[in-house]
Amino acid sequence: MHKLLLLGDEAIAQAGIDAGMSGIFAYPGTPSTEITEYVRASKEAKTKGIAANWAANEKTAAEQALGMSYAGKRAMTCMKHVGLNVAADVFLNAAITGANGGLIFVVADDPSMHSSQNEQDSRVYGKFAMVPILEPSNQQEAYDMVHDGFDISEKLQVPVMLRITTRLAHSRAGVVRKDERPQNQFKLPEDLRQFILLPAIARKRYQLLLDNQPKFQKLSEESGYNQYINGDDHSMGIIACGLAFNYLMENYPDRKVPYPVVKVSQYPLPKQHIEKLYNACDKILVLEEGYPVVEEMLQGFLNHGKKIMGRLDGSLPRTGELNPNHVGKALGFPQPEIAEIPSLVAKRPPSLCKGCPHADSFIGLNEALEEYGKGRVFSDIGCYTLSALPPYESINTCVDMGASITMAKGAADAGMHPAVAVIGDSTFTHSGITGLLDAVNDNSNITVIILDNATTGMTGGQPSSAFEKIDDICKGIGVEEEHIRVIKPLRKQHEENTNILKEELAYKGVSVIIARRECIVTLNKRMRQKFKDKQKSTT
Amino acid sequence: MKNDIILAGVGGQGILSIAAIIGYAAVQSGLYLKQAEVHGMSQRGGDVQSHLRLSSNDIASDLIPEGKADMIIAVEPMESLRYLPFLGPEGWLITNTEPFVNIPDYPDKEDVLQEIRKLPRHVALDADTIAGEIGTKKAANVVILGAASPFIDIPFEKLEDAIRFLFGKKGEDLVDINLKALRAGREVAKKDAVK
Repeated sequence: MHKLLLLGDEAIAQAGIDAGMSGIFAYPGTPSTEITEYVRASKEAKTKGIAANWAANEKTAAEQALGMSYAGKRAMTCMKHVGLNVAADVFLNAAITGANGGLIFVVADDPSMHSSQNEQDSRVYGKFAMVPILEPSNQQEAYDMVHDGFDISEKLQVPVMLRITTRLAHSRAGVVRKDERPQNQFKLPEDLRQFILLPAIARKRYQLLLDNQPKFQKLSEESGYNQYINGDDHSMGIIACGLAFNYLMENYPDRKVPYPVVKVSQYPLPKQHIEKLYNACDKILVLEEGYPVVEEMLQGFLNHGKKIMGRLDGSLPRTGELNPNHVGKALGFPQPEIAEIPSLVAKRPPSLCKGCPHADSFIGLNEALEEYGKGRVFSDIGCYTLSALPPYESINTCVDMGASITMAKGAADAGMHPAVAVIGDSTFTHSGITGLLDAVNDNSNITVIILDNATTGMTGGQPSSAFEKIDDICKGIGVEEEHIRVIKPLRKQHEENTNILKEELAYKGVSVIIARRECIVTLNKRMRQKFKDKQKSTT
Repeated sequence: MKNDIILAGVGGQGILSIAAIIGYAAVQSGLYLKQAEVHGMSQRGGDVQSHLRLSSNDIASDLIPEGKADMIIAVEPMESLRYLPFLGPEGWLITNTEPFVNIPDYPDKEDVLQEIRKLPRHVALDADTIAGEIGTKKAANVVILGAASPFIDIPFEKLEDAIRFLFGKKGEDLVDINLKALRAGREVAKKDAVK
């Protein structure tokens, strides 16, 4: 059978295209970005008229997906784990409204924090919202689960979470496609009050969600994604969730595990399988990527039952992603002697690109701030966060999308002056505008530097919602025009730029400096394309 | 058949192109494949690695266990050493000797090469110069792939086909340069490995 070689992210995207999805809604975020990028680049998706535009943030994206579901069509919304914090409001309430057309929340967690500020486990959110969760162990399952996820969502009128982690998102393997199916026709919800969460209706909808829990449970018990695999040695039983199942199998080259195993890829947890395992075995080892969610459930608060091993008892590391060696150790296998990394090998952290406009902005800012001393720069999420590292060491905070402006405002309200916020263009429209409005309304003493490189750089140069809109947005929410300054961060304009920065730092009130120069990566890409097009037209 | 390969380098040096060439050749050879790569923050000039696993049987883990890799293929010498904990006792290290210096505390080049020479099974070559002589230093990654090719259990012609397929869209010149780069790397490895 013909196989496509796909990243986990791409498998999910292709599955959406094949499973009759009408729209995908997302804000870029590692490791989820490639799902939407794949659909946007797909000719098939274009032919099928699948909506695939980047949204301003994860909340607006998820709400668009919910709206498409309201209209009876299948929709997907994709985000990184911390993106679900932004979309949490719609996620939790969509569990109450329920779905009409199939609705999948794809959430990509990043254990080990390869490209993130925390390693929160989205299964906790799924449980919080009380919706079914699918957690693939490989790329093929990721593909299949989109089809099944839409089916579950439409059959039980509930949003479904598809939870993946970095390693699956960014790993390639062969995937076999299923038969394509058509998109849904436009169809309003049967009950036109289903989506009105007024208390009286919300109570009924919430009760329905609770009443549906046994149905979700039954689906899990009967799901092919959850399996009880027999083993003769009952001294231990193993629960392997999602990707962890592969690390278990890696330790048995013949793929025969001597212990009974429950493979979990669909939640709520399959109770019958797990009860059977618990009763049959002396102790239980839980293998799961992320937080010790299942381990904690099994252990219970009093921990009076059988021995439960996992991330909490030290059998596995408490933090970070799993790997075959961690799992092998927990299984009691001797680990191979491994070479050490020679001591001369130096760390090579990521850095701003050569020619990056942010570099010039930070050199200017550092100089402008010299007279005030260090510790005054609140920053945000993006390439420019790398200015925390040498040689710039310019910024003092990086917390969540948009927090630069609001934290600077809070510090200014505490009497700090100057209080500086540094935020990217895309992050500004994601979550910065409302904070700036707060500052304008309170006339807080902050200086906001918007690094406008005309793209969402860190995730690979997606179009920015802020493109050519920032000046007007700032004016529109009431920043005084004479304190909206535009500079071009170039070395040759260093002195002029630094002077403007100094002026606005000294100003008491809200000032915005827009440092505008295109990202060097997207610029180079654009120039190469231009050159190619030119060559084509001359030959 | 089983080849567990760690690909190592610095963001932007083209290790994902090496992975794509081997990957295409492996699929055309009917092999199973899993390839874990790094996206996001590290791509901005940081160290990057990819776990590439080929096998005639199904593959479980996306990650290669420590101490089990059959080879490390590196386009940068210091980066080749960063992944030594993954290399198996019989494993080969194939690396470029030309440093990519974007950090202030990069060690002395000769010390780095000294560490590489300590390994019983290694091929070290100046891929930048070889690629430059062929036409473009950008093909250094393919020179390194060529040097690794004798250790990869895929027919050499399949790798050549993969280059024709993957670079075909970008023009015949690029196909030619990369085929030459692949062969040049292979010649060096054959001479070196015999020694």
